[in-house]
Parts: sequence; C-alpha cells; structure tokens
Amino acid sequence: MTPRIELRDVWKAFGSKQVLAGVNLKVAPGESLVIIGGSGTGKSVTLKCVLGLLRPDRGRVLIDGVETSSLTGRALERHRSRFGMLFQGGALFDSLPVWRNVAFPLTRGRGGGGADMRARAEENLALVGLGPEVADLRPSELSGGMQKRVALARAIAARPEIMFFDEPTTGLDPIMADVINDLIVDLVRELKVTAVTITHDLVSARKIADRVAMLYQGRIIWDGAKDRLYSTGNPYVQQFVEGRAEGPIRMPLRTGAIDREADDLATLLEARDGRR
Amino acid sequence: MEIVLAPFAWVGRRGIGVLAAVGRVTIFAVSAILKALSPPFYPERFVAQLFAIGWLSLPVVGLTAAFTGAALAQQIYVGGQRFNAESTVPAVTVIALVRELGPVLAALMVAGRVASAMAAELGTMRVTEQIDALSTLRTDPVRYLIGPRLFAGTLVLPALVLVANVIGVLGGYALATARLGFNVANYLATTRQYLEVSDVVSSLVKAAVFGFIVALMGCYHGFHSRGGAEGVGRATTDAVVSSFVLILLFNLMITVLAFGTR
Repeated sequence: MTPRIELRDVWKAFGSKQVLAGVNLKVAPGESLVIIGGSGTGKSVTLKCVLGLLRPDRGRVLIDGVETSSLTGRALERHRSRFGMLFQGGALFDSLPVWRNVAFPLTRGRGGGGADMRARAEENLALVGLGPEVADLRPSELSGGMQKRVALARAIAARPEIMFFDEPTTGLDPIMADVINDLIVDLVRELKVTAVTITHDLVSARKIADRVAMLYQGRIIWDGAKDRLYSTGNPYVQQFVEGRAEGPIRMPLRTGAIDREADDLATLLEARDGRR
Repeated sequence: MEIVLAPFAWVGRRGIGVLAAVGRVTIFAVSAILKALSPPFYPERFVAQLFAIGWLSLPVVGLTAAFTGAALAQQIYVGGQRFNAESTVPAVTVIALVRELGPVLAALMVAGRVASAMAAELGTMRVTEQIDALSTLRTDPVRYLIGPRLFAGTLVLPALVLVANVIGVLGGYALATARLGFNVANYLATTRQYLEVSDVVSSLVKAAVFGFIVALMGCYHGFHSRGGAEGVGRATTDAVVSSFVLILLFNLMITVLAFGTR
C-alpha cells in the first residue's frame, strides 16, 4: 500500500545548524504516528517540511506517492488543503473572535457568510466540547487549555485528511492534557484521518500513538509499535523514555561533547543498518 | 598591514550590509505590491487599517499641527521684524506648513504610532506561529496582512495631511490674530492668495510616499522578526527608526525634485 506520507532522506539546515540530516519516515493511511524526541531535534521542522512551510535542502516528501516538496502557488494551496495543523501555542488569530477563528479554514479570511459560518463554527466547537458561549470571546480571554481546544476546532473545521499535532499537551496541567489526548484520539477515529503528533510527553504518546518514531540529531533512530517503546534495546530511546540525565544522549552544554556524541551515534546507526 | 586595512574593511562591510538591506526591502515591497494587486482581496482588513492608521491618528496629528502652526507664526513674526517684513506671516506660514512641516510632522507622528504597532503585531504573529497558521489555512499572509496595510497607509496619509495642513494654518491664524495683532479677515484671505495648487499637490504626493514608507517599514520589520519577545522589541524599534530616516530622506528628495529648480 502506498504510504499517505513518506519522507525520503530529507535534509534541512539553518545557516550552519544542520537540523534534519536524512529523515526517512512512512505513515500509512489512517495510522496515528507519534514522533518523540528532545527539544531542538527537528520535530517541528519535519512537519513544516511536509506542509510546505519550509523547503527541504535535499530529499523528497511524498503524499500518496506524489512528490510535493517543490509545489508553489495554487498547487501548494491544494496540497495544504489536505492538512490540518494544531500549532504548539494554538496560533489563534488574536484580532478575531473565537468563531471567526474556527470558521477561518472555510472563509479563508474573508468576511461574510455570517450566520451560516457561525453555525458551522459552533458545530466544530461542539466537537471539542465547547459551547456556543465562547464563540464571541477573544482568544486572549481563554485559558491555555481552552485555546488548544479552539485551535483544535479550527484545525478540523475543513475536515482535512491528515492532521498534525505539534506538542498538543505542552503547557497544560495533567488533567487538561488528558482531555486533549482523548479529543485527539476521538477525532482521529471519528474523522478517519491520518495523524502525526510530535511530543516529548510520553503519557500523551502512549495514548495517541499506533506507532512511535524517535527523532534524534536530525534522523529517525528508531520506530516501532508503541508497545515496544519500553523494550527497544536502543540505548537512546531507553534513556529518553526513562528520562535519565546519564546515557548516550547528552544535553548540548559543550560543543566537544556533541561531536563525540555524533560519532557514537553514527557508529550505532551503522551497526543497526548493517543488521538489516 | 591588517591594522591599516581594517577601517576600509569595516566601511566595506557596512556598505555592503546597507545595500543588501535596501535590496531585501525592495524585493519585499515589489512582491507585496504585486501580490496585493491580485485577488483574493480583503476589503474588511483594508477598512480596519484605514481606521487604525487614519482615524485614530487624527488627535495626535491635529495637536502637532496646531502647535507647530502657532509656533511657526510666532517665529516668522519675530524673524520678519528684523527687516520690516512682519506682514509675510500668513504667506510664509502656509507655504512652510503645506510644503514641508504638514506632511513631515504628520508622517513622523503616524510612524511613531503605526509603524511600531504594525511591527509589534506582525512580529508577535510571527513568533506565535500565527503567520504559519495562515499559510496552512491556505491564506497568503502577504495578501491578508501586508496588502491592506500598504494600501491603507498610502491612501489615508494624504487625507490626514490635508487635515494637518488646515489645522496648522488655523493654529497660526489663532496665534497671529490673538497675540500679534493681525486682522481676522485679512489673514485667511492672504493665506489663500499665496497658496498655490502645486503646493497642495506636492504635499499630498509626499503624504502618499510617507504613508507607504510607514506601512512598509512596519510590515517588513514585523514580518521578518525572529527570536521571541526580544526580536519583536527590536523589530518595533527598527520599524520606527527606519521610517523616520526614510521619511526625512524622501522628503528631501521630493523637495529638491519639486522645488529645486531655481
């Protein structure tokens, strides 16, 4: 079966900083993939490359087997219409009331369509458990958890086939985080979307994922079913899921340490690829 | 040898840096205009910007014009006394106001209010990924955010400057008739007699150019801000400072082009 999303050897650098160094990844239709990894390992950049917000320096991004990384203009717009994205901070437009935010994928910023658009906005707000009373509020009047929910309602309003969730639970208390997790699981099931979530919240990962992939130093160093996450035998994944400061992953305090670490990683990856 | 060359290298680097910045701003401006001239259009955003840039600037621009017009009348009177030319107050006041001070001061006030606000708003939108969100929602951020601002700035500043010119003349009129003993009826008649159409036209042309500069600098610096709250702060400062410098530079260029022939 053709994967819904496929990344083949994707590279991306910002200045001298190599963020993605050959990402290979496949996501099947209807699958929910969670990408885990520490801060600054290129998780967001990966999603932005698929959305066409960033252009990879090298490599291919295929959607249903069709190359998309060089699209422009109308073709790029059509490409993006298949995606819904929940941004980390919600990224609600604070100049617009809640219902205009939720209806934005339908109105695409133009006024008009008043009552009809409002009804559809309220419909989507209901899907994330919010009543019509929030429709006229400004995003800045909402709590963090409410903003995430409104952002979720906006992301699903145009019924995309593919959903991206960027750190959906970051900055939320554990209960609100679980509410958001439940919502994501329900929406993925009900709307039958393909979902990619990036997070470093392992509770969230276990709840949302069918499959988990770990991104480290710009590469996918492990992927597999979520039940195997705690018995991978991969020292990097093990350190990450156990949350230990000691291990092969060192926090970037000194540059020398990172270089040595990169060498270790290269050895490990070669060993893994050699086994295949 | 290196010590000798260092100052030249520094000047060269700075020079290249300035040229590169001019190039980037020009490319940004041209591509924004081209995009803004093709649909979809956002009339609601345009009207909102007209209101924000024009209407809300009226009080501060009006006050500035009134104070400046009055001070100008006083100074011209004192200066004119030195060669028995006190009677030139109405004529010189209106020419100085309409040709120079009206457009320049109104534009500087608007730059302080609007370029900073635009840079802060767009910068915050950039930092909080709202601009990326627009793209993913298939709305071109340049058409949606920048087009309406550029058009509104360019169109509303002439109206604002017209008001500033009138209020400035009235400020001079009030001071001249109340303190300097000018005749209430004659003052405005003299003002009208010395004012030429070309003065007003150049005033409005300047206003449109300055309005474009203010909106462009606010948008450019806001749109390209990076690095969190600090980056937004820097974008705001850069927007105001670069607006000020460009307004004064373009004012000089237009003045020389329009009035420079002796």
